[in-house]
This record gives sequence, structure tokens and C-alpha cells, in this order.
Amino acid sequence: MKQFAALYQSLDETTKSNRKIAAMRDYFAVCSPEDGAWAVHFLSGRRFKRLISTKELRECCLQLSGISGWMFDECYSSVGDLAETIALLLPDQGRHGEGSLTKWIEQDIRALAQMSEGDRRQALAASWAALTGQERFVFNKLVTGSFRVGVAHGMLVRALSQVSGVDTRVIAHRLMGTWEPTAEFYQSLIGPDAGQTDHSKPYPFCLAHPLASKISDLGEISDWLMEWKWDGIRGQLIRRDGQSFLWSRGEEPVLERFPELIGPAAALANGTVLDGEILAWDASGVLPFGEMQRRIGRKTLGAKLLKEVPVRFVAFDLLEEQGLDLRSLPLKERRQRLESSLANAQVEPAIMPSPLVAAATWVELSQQREASRELRVEGVMLKRADSPYSVGRVTGLWWKWKTTAYTVDAVLIYAQRGSGRRASLYTDYTFAAWSDGQLVPFAKAYSGLTDEEIREVDRFIRQHTIEQFGPVRSVLPELVFELAFEGIQLSKRHKSGVAVRFPRIARWRRDKRPEQADSLETLQSLIRQ
Amino acid sequence: MPASHQTNCLATDLTNADRHLQFVMSQLVTVTDRGLYCERGDFYIDPWLPVARAIITHAHGDHACRGSGRYLTTDRGLGVLASRLDPDAVIDTVPYGDSMTIGDAAVSLHPAGHILGSAQVRIELHGEVWVISGDYKVAPDPTCDPFAPLACDTFVTECTFGLPIYQWPSAADVFEEINNWWRSNRDEGRASVIFAYSLGKAQRVLAGLDATIGPIMCHGAVQRVNAEYRQAGVCLPETEHAGLGVDKRDWSGAIMIAPPSAKASPWMRKFGDVSTAFVSGWMQVRGARRRRSVDRGFVISDHTDWPGLLDTIQATGARRILATHGRTGPLVRWLRESGYEADTLKTEYVGEHDDAEIDRADEQEPEA
Repeated sequence: MKQFAALYQSLDETTKSNRKIAAMRDYFAVCSPEDGAWAVHFLSGRRFKRLISTKELRECCLQLSGISGWMFDECYSSVGDLAETIALLLPDQGRHGEGSLTKWIEQDIRALAQMSEGDRRQALAASWAALTGQERFVFNKLVTGSFRVGVAHGMLVRALSQVSGVDTRVIAHRLMGTWEPTAEFYQSLIGPDAGQTDHSKPYPFCLAHPLASKISDLGEISDWLMEWKWDGIRGQLIRRDGQSFLWSRGEEPVLERFPELIGPAAALANGTVLDGEILAWDASGVLPFGEMQRRIGRKTLGAKLLKEVPVRFVAFDLLEEQGLDLRSLPLKERRQRLESSLANAQVEPAIMPSPLVAAATWVELSQQREASRELRVEGVMLKRADSPYSVGRVTGLWWKWKTTAYTVDAVLIYAQRGSGRRASLYTDYTFAAWSDGQLVPFAKAYSGLTDEEIREVDRFIRQHTIEQFGPVRSVLPELVFELAFEGIQLSKRHKSGVAVRFPRIARWRRDKRPEQADSLETLQSLIRQ
Repeated sequence: MPASHQTNCLATDLTNADRHLQFVMSQLVTVTDRGLYCERGDFYIDPWLPVARAIITHAHGDHACRGSGRYLTTDRGLGVLASRLDPDAVIDTVPYGDSMTIGDAAVSLHPAGHILGSAQVRIELHGEVWVISGDYKVAPDPTCDPFAPLACDTFVTECTFGLPIYQWPSAADVFEEINNWWRSNRDEGRASVIFAYSLGKAQRVLAGLDATIGPIMCHGAVQRVNAEYRQAGVCLPETEHAGLGVDKRDWSGAIMIAPPSAKASPWMRKFGDVSTAFVSGWMQVRGARRRRSVDRGFVISDHTDWPGLLDTIQATGARRILATHGRTGPLVRWLRESGYEADTLKTEYVGEHDDAEIDRADEQEPEA
């Protein structure tokens, strides 16, 4: 427990990825397989359900610290976190949490849920007394099911890879899907042999980079396969051993949320894994992402919604066929197998192949791409015909070539300091558009300027601050920037009445005066009817 | 408790004005719109607006305002106070513990353990004793005289950290952590930057650093105060000014001490790869640490923690406790529930700032 709490502290203390990875690597290098499994469990964001109620924790703390309820509440409202308040209020007895993480999890934490109230209080008191303040905090976080730590999945994968010498792609795959935090699991996670894989396990997703170079630099168009870039939910559909699984990119099983896919998925041959996009699609074709959002986040799906927003699984890759991993085959071959496999299963159109975009030249392709907005796609995907299905974001094989973003000219009105290496500079800006002679804020943007420009804007902000509210400065409305964004829709939650998607600074319009910036009406006119 | 000057007021037909006067007279020290005022001595303690005569408990900006006619402080505190007031300010000094008569009152200043020269003000009139603590801490600090509680009837206490969540770890342990952090930064080729208030906290941190680890550099605002401390005979490790004209050097392995306001300033840009830390009692709470967005938060305060507050109150033997700056509500309620007469005295002192945005302007150095 001591080591795990120390790991938590190291991770909490830094914002730098390399230091976080090093801290995890150091922990995994010496921990037992059981402890490693539990650490991976918690670091990958898996949590227990709350094992003990807030009320009971509070009462137990009152009893041990001797303070009254109102004082506890004063402290809680000052700290803002129950686990931490309790950790700070209890007397430190100078003892460290001896014993392994696994021992603490199994004997001292999970067991709490099965105890009678009296036993539970005794057990809690004993645990708290055996820990330092920092360890108590971590313990309380585990007990209340609120353990969180700022570690991206990729960092955990890299730490495990560094410690085991196993390739990151293999580690990433072994961490997919569901697993139990046991010594066996941990050993198979970092061991050289794959062992038996769970039949629900998805493959790590292959991701594309945005196209940075000129399209003509990609060489012969005949070396590439083109598809539309859909705006839906990326997913992996698995049929193995008579069972179906649908995984989102966030590795959540989501099949139940799309009941119309359950039947078609069952019709796939055993040992089939498809990569594709879940899309809202009715008789008129694909629907805007906003429609899909109506279905996400709903616990129960009414018949009306199911009728209004039906979905399809549009597959663009076949990763496994008859139980064989096809990922190293060239895309062209996988594509042929995908088409015949879906045709044989007779699952179209509920599960259909993503149509290829046919173009003989790059010019022709870019003309086709112009139609993206009408087709309700985000642009075109370019995949090398000979590319394997890689793990993660690999440069040079897959590109996403999105449509030109929407752009407007907006005025900088608020600024806030950045974080990390930009903590001493004002880099986070709020932009406004005109409405009835007023500047109304509608977007925040962080990037897109060169370091030199950032310094220049920083200097302007410091010299032209009107007011300061906490970390935010309001700035003389002087500077005009061209903002680019991916989408726009009406919003009741925003003062401006519009919400823009992925706004960023395209360039600094030094040639424009603030009066020449765009109006909210212009923004609203961009919303597709 | 009845003060002797009240015994004159035996009339049975007191007017409301008389009653008010009687109340005021029972208060040796009251709060006016200019600050804490002792009518019987006709002086103010730490006024926030200019007055004729001011006793200053310590030189922090919220306690030492410019423009008063005459100041009184401890001889130990003269240097740090004089440099914060106008050059022509009239400052009288008195050694710790020496009693003097001002008006009807006997007044003496006693160590508060907060920063160099900081004092508690003891006021006695006809056997009744009031002590105004100023800012104080009870933990040992090699850069200033140690706090000792004074017996009194009414104790006016600061209350910056007036909640039981504030219990300081031992300073020795924290300094070991700070030195370990500096050492490991040095070993990994990084510079270390500590943010601490330039008057008091910075010097206390300096005194705890292990100078064998590497060079110690100070922001101009800190370096100026260091000179005042050294002049007063306080022993500090050797420090160098990390200011203008020294941009082209290798900072890795060095530790820099700077006021919190420097964190957001261009001064920071020259150091390259750095690890940053903030030193304050507020660092006890994780949220405060994260809001500061520094790599490390070290819990060292120049104010007393909760147990120190309660121990001090008990040691004074005072029956009436008046709490000033900080969140006084919980302390006052706790004291009342424990049988004390307790109240909040509303003042304009701020104690240890919780926010970089209200760092005092005089801690800022021109952009370098």
C-alpha cells in the first residue's frame, strides 16, 4: 500500500508524461504480479463501486477525531473532497501502510462491503490508524470508488512495455476488453507469450493522421484506397463462439445500446471482427451527428427514438476471418474479403461495407471531396492499398483529409494563461463576434499561432488589460483572428446561441480592424438547414 | 470582566449614549474604519489607513500601511519596515519586552515568531491586559525570535488557518523533502524554482536549504529582503541575484527563490527545463496545490496551525478571544462551545494569500 500511495503521489505531482511513465515503470519493476494487476486495474480507470456510504465514513471520522459534525462540514466545504477531508482530520500515528496492495484490496477494502456496520467501523478505524495521511487519502479514494489519476492509457501502455520489453502494440491489445486483475492476468500481460486470449477482446484501433502535406505528394492515386470519413461512433464488431460484442473506441461494450445491430451481428460467421463506424442512417441516408447524440447517453431507448434515429454499422475493415488475424494482410486483400464476407452473411444494409470513393486523379478526388458537406461526411480517408492494419496512429499509411473547415473572423476579448511550459504566457483566448453593436463571446481557442506570435499577443494582452477576474483578463477588443472550426450548431447553453466544434486559430488577421470582424448572424447562416 | 474605569458608572439612569460609551470603554481596543484603535493610548495597531500614531506588528503590506505620522516597531524589525515605508517616515523602536507608557496604557512588544522583528502587542491598563497577536507561528524558525504566549485577559488572535485540517508536518521533515526534490532535479539536469513570499517565507526557506547541493539564486524582490535580514544579523546561505543580464548561463542544478507573482512573468522564461514548487500552509490541501499548477507543494507556513492556535489560546489564560483575519467563524463557534467568550473582529488583514492574483504589487520586478 505504501508503494502504491507513493506512486499515486508521484503521478499527481507532475503534469509531464515522461515523469509519469518513469514513476509507473519504477513501480512495476519491483511489484508482485498480484499488485501489478491491481495497479493496472486502477491506473486504467477501472474502479470499485462505493463500498461504504458517505454518512458512515463521516460518522466514523467524527468518532475518531473527536470533532463535531458542524466542524467536519466546515472542513469538507473548505477541502471539497470527502476522502481528503477525512485523511487530513485523522491524527497521524506515524505508521506506514505495510503489506501489499493486494492484501489491502482483498482483506481491508473489498471485505468492508460484507461486514456488519459495527465490524466495518472497527475495520475502518484499524485501517486508518495504520496509514499515513497520504496513504489514507488513497485508501479512502479506493473505498469510495472515486480513485482517479491523471494517466493517459498510452502512458500506462508505455510504462508496461518498458518494464517488460513487450511491444506497446501487444500490451495495448492485451489490455483491451474485459479482464480480471489477477496475477495470471498480469503475467500474461507482460509475459512473452500471448497465451489464451479472451474471445471478447477487440484489437487496438488503427488511427489516421490528418493530411499535412499536399495531396499530390502522396504519389500515384492507384496506390491508395479512398473512403468517406464518417462522422459517427467508431466501433469494432466481433462475432466469436456464437457471441457478439461491439466495442467503442473508448473500449466500452455498446452493443445493447444499438439493438438493431444485435440480429445482424449474430448472422456474421464465427471468428469475424469488423472495424467500422456506427452511423445514424434513415431512408434519406446518413443523419447528422447531432441526431446520433440523441441516442448516446440515453439509458432506455424508446420505440419513437429507435424509429426516428435508426443506426447502421458501416464497416471499412476486416481484422479477423474464420478466427484468423488478418491484420498483416494488405488492405486491398482485406477489403475484398470484407465485401465477400458481408455478402455471404447477408447482413446488408444493417451491416454494410463503407463505399469506396472512386477517382482516377487527385484532382478528381478533391472535386469529390467538395461534396462532403452535402453528403454529411467529414471528408475523405486515404489508405495505402498495401497497408497492414497497424496499432495506434502510424504515419504515412492512413490519412484523414477533412473538408476545409468553416472560417470566420473574430475578436479576441478574454485571455487566460496557458499551462505547462506556457504557464507564463497568455495563450488561451476567448473570441467574440458582433451582435447589435456588442461583442458576444462564442469560442475559446488555444492553438494555431507560432511561438513568436504567441509572445506578441501575450505582450499586447499585458499592456491592454481592461480588468482581471481571477486568472482571466479582459482585453481591449483590438486583435482580429481567423478562426477555423469543424461544425456549428444552435445551442441553448451558450450565450451566443451557437456552439462551434473544434475551434482553432487559423491565422492572425493583422489587416483587419475589429469592426470588420464577422457577426453572429454570419455564424448562424453557416448552420446547415 | 469589569475594568476599573467602569466602576465610576454607577448611575442608574444611563442614557443609550452612555451605555454605548460604557461598552466602548470596556474595550481597550476597538475596530474603527482606520484599523484597531486603543483610545486610552490614542494609537492604532496596524492601521490600514494613515493615522497619527501606529504600532506595527510586522512589515507585511497588509499590516504596514504608508503615510502615518509616527510609527513604533521593534528594533529588530526596523530595517524591513523602513524599506517598505516612505523614506521620511518617523519610526520609533523598542526592544522586545521593554514596557513603555503611551497615554494611560502600558505597552510592550513581544516576539510573534512570524517574520524578522514581528511582534505581539501587549497593552495593560489598570490591571487589565490585552494582547494583539499580529500574525504568529509557534513552530521554530531560525530567521526570527521565537513566539512565546503572554498571559492576558483578552487575546486578539489571527486565524488564517482556523480549521482542524491544518496541522503542519515538522519543518525538518519538509526541508528534507525540499532538499531531496532539489537534489533529484539537479541530478536530472533541471533547475528548481521555489515560489515563496519575498519577506519572511523566502528567508525561512533559504535557511533550511542544503547549500552543498548547488547554487542558490534569488529573484530581485527576495534578494533585497535577504540583504535586510543579513544586516539584522540573521544567518542565511550565500545567494546570487537571478536578474537581468544573467540570461546566458546554465541554470540546471540551481535553485531559484522567487515571489509567487514571478510565476506568470517573463522572468521565468530563461530557466529552461524547471521543476516548480510553492511553499505555503495552503499546500496542505490538494486542490490548492493543483490550482497553483506547480509540480510540488511544500507545507511550510509562517502562521500557526490549528493545534498551535488552540494551544496558544489556552496558554494565554484569556477568557475572551477575538479572532481576526482568516475564516474566523469555525474558531469562534468552537471556542464558544468550549466555554470561552469569543467573537470575530472584522479587520482588513489578509494573512497568507491563497491566490497568486492578489500577490502584492511591490513584489513584482520589472520584466526581465
